[in-house]
Amino acid sequence: MSNLAVLPIIIPLLSGIILAFFPKKLTLVRSLAKVFITINLLVSGYILFTVYTTGSIILETGAWPAPYGIILVADSLSILLVFTTNIIAAACAFYAPHSLSDKKEQYYFYAFFFFLITGVSGAFLTGDIFNLFVFFEVLLMASYALIVLGGDKVQLRESIKYVLINLFSSILFVTAVAFLYAAVGTVNMAQIALRVQEVDQQGILTTIGILLFFVFATKAALFPLYYWMPSPYVKPNPVISALFGALLTKVGIYSIIRVFSLIFIYKIDLTHEVFIWIAGLSMIFGVIGALSTNNIKLIIAYNIIPAIGFIIMGIGVFNETAVSGSVYYLIHDMIIKAALFLIAGTVAYVAGTSDLRKFSGLIHYYPVLGWLLFVSAFVLAGIPPFSGFIGKLLLLTGALSDDEIAIVIIGLISSLLILYSIMKIFIKGFWGVKDESFEPKSIKGLTGPIAFLVAISVFLGVGAEFIYPSIENISTYLLDPEIYIDSVLKE
Amino acid sequence: MYKPNDLILRTTTSIIVFILLGFSIYLLLAGHNSPGGGFIGGLMTASAILLLYISYGSKAIEKILPINYRLLIPIGLLIALGTGIGSFFFNVPFLSQTFTYVQIPFFGKMELATAMLFDVGVYVTVLGVTLTIILSISRDQKS
Repeated sequence: MSNLAVLPIIIPLLSGIILAFFPKKLTLVRSLAKVFITINLLVSGYILFTVYTTGSIILETGAWPAPYGIILVADSLSILLVFTTNIIAAACAFYAPHSLSDKKEQYYFYAFFFFLITGVSGAFLTGDIFNLFVFFEVLLMASYALIVLGGDKVQLRESIKYVLINLFSSILFVTAVAFLYAAVGTVNMAQIALRVQEVDQQGILTTIGILLFFVFATKAALFPLYYWMPSPYVKPNPVISALFGALLTKVGIYSIIRVFSLIFIYKIDLTHEVFIWIAGLSMIFGVIGALSTNNIKLIIAYNIIPAIGFIIMGIGVFNETAVSGSVYYLIHDMIIKAALFLIAGTVAYVAGTSDLRKFSGLIHYYPVLGWLLFVSAFVLAGIPPFSGFIGKLLLLTGALSDDEIAIVIIGLISSLLILYSIMKIFIKGFWGVKDESFEPKSIKGLTGPIAFLVAISVFLGVGAEFIYPSIENISTYLLDPEIYIDSVLKE
Repeated sequence: MYKPNDLILRTTTSIIVFILLGFSIYLLLAGHNSPGGGFIGGLMTASAILLLYISYGSKAIEKILPINYRLLIPIGLLIALGTGIGSFFFNVPFLSQTFTYVQIPFFGKMELATAMLFDVGVYVTVLGVTLTIILSISRDQKS
């Protein structure tokens, strides 16, 4: 039954192929997309359950034994991320028909949507560094198509920036893999880890590690490589922004977690120390960006950067509490960023503009939307019963136990400013006197998916007792690369 | 209106296209044991069809080859993915390949591998992608 590990990749791939046959039959395409994504969600939930009860699932594709073939590894971290991806994808699939114009849906939106999910799931599940590159390209190709879908002038401009920067970082990725292959003679992650361990990460290997970090940091929008990110993420439709904001940068950060907890872990003083500084600077510059603008979509997009900073901080500190904080924060941030992007998109749709100075008093017309925004702002900033709190608490406790005082202070202040930046939307946009000339638009079908995502992230916080033990298991697993190597190479 | 006389081009095309098509099929089938395979075979077939488009014009070719090349992409992908999924039914890991020797009349004893089917998928996808790109760019001037 090891074939289970490949199902989260081939179900969306097959769905995308099937939906590419008849893009114009919208009713059929929409309902099929909902059915397929639900099947995928259920299947990945089942795999998650299996992995947690019986341990990692390793699939040697084509029946080639471990270092020679492509390995798919569904361990507790990757399958949890695949499941989270599918939750977000399901919410987006149910949101999309109410948000996109028919014309955009007819031009293969759902096919590209499923190819994006294929790429993201594949990148999470693969155990082979060149295959990771291929899945990065699968998801990037789909994202190029989604970002330009509709062909507005701004979309065309932003897509050129986006394609150029991603093409450049992909070239660097291939170069880094070539260097790594020249140095260790394999592309299988477990075997690379074994060989790096044998020579205690001597010579050129740290340089290659930093080059790989540079590549993934560009994809994940870390300081100082975030310059390309905010604008291309907010120009397309809200569904597409939500998918990008929730999934794409998180694949980069997952790759950093994987590579720097499995392969390059023998020169921690050099590499992981730098991560803490980069994390601090990402938090500072991210919140400066979020505070600088009155565009609600840009506020949310800039908030991705400090969140990525928080996650990388856990990897930088690299003790058990901090790493479980990172994993917790990663899961929490994927879900809440998707919800916030969908909320910002809905607000911009009903207000007719995304400029905060031009509307107010929306709470009189859209109470549910307003309170959903309020709750998600609390979740994001880390107010106690909600999920952001537990992630940040673990991260800051971990950092404190390693005497990283500066980063703890930066983290706390940036949390405050994150709360302020989101609350600004609530205060300026939702409060205020009732505007009698305002003509409310119907948001039927738009609030449901948002409420679903917000409910899950509230559960992540309230049900922390239930979730935390498995997160802690993941962090012990991540801190001991021997388990991964042994499970793949079967020695 | 100036109308060019492209008799030489058209005559040579009708001969060369068959050589090209034959060679592309050879490349597709030869891939297992010598240079070639689905990718280069697909590109070769696409170049043969393009040569027809160049010398005879799109109207005539759309009449004799009424294929929606955009549909070829999902068909090819479905074939390629199907060979992977097929391994589910035999309870072996995804993408496992197998082969057998078959006595085919006239050709004699042949080795038939399921990797061939995957190559056919690649061939059809490459053909579809190449022609979709080129034809949608070249058709742009009409509208």
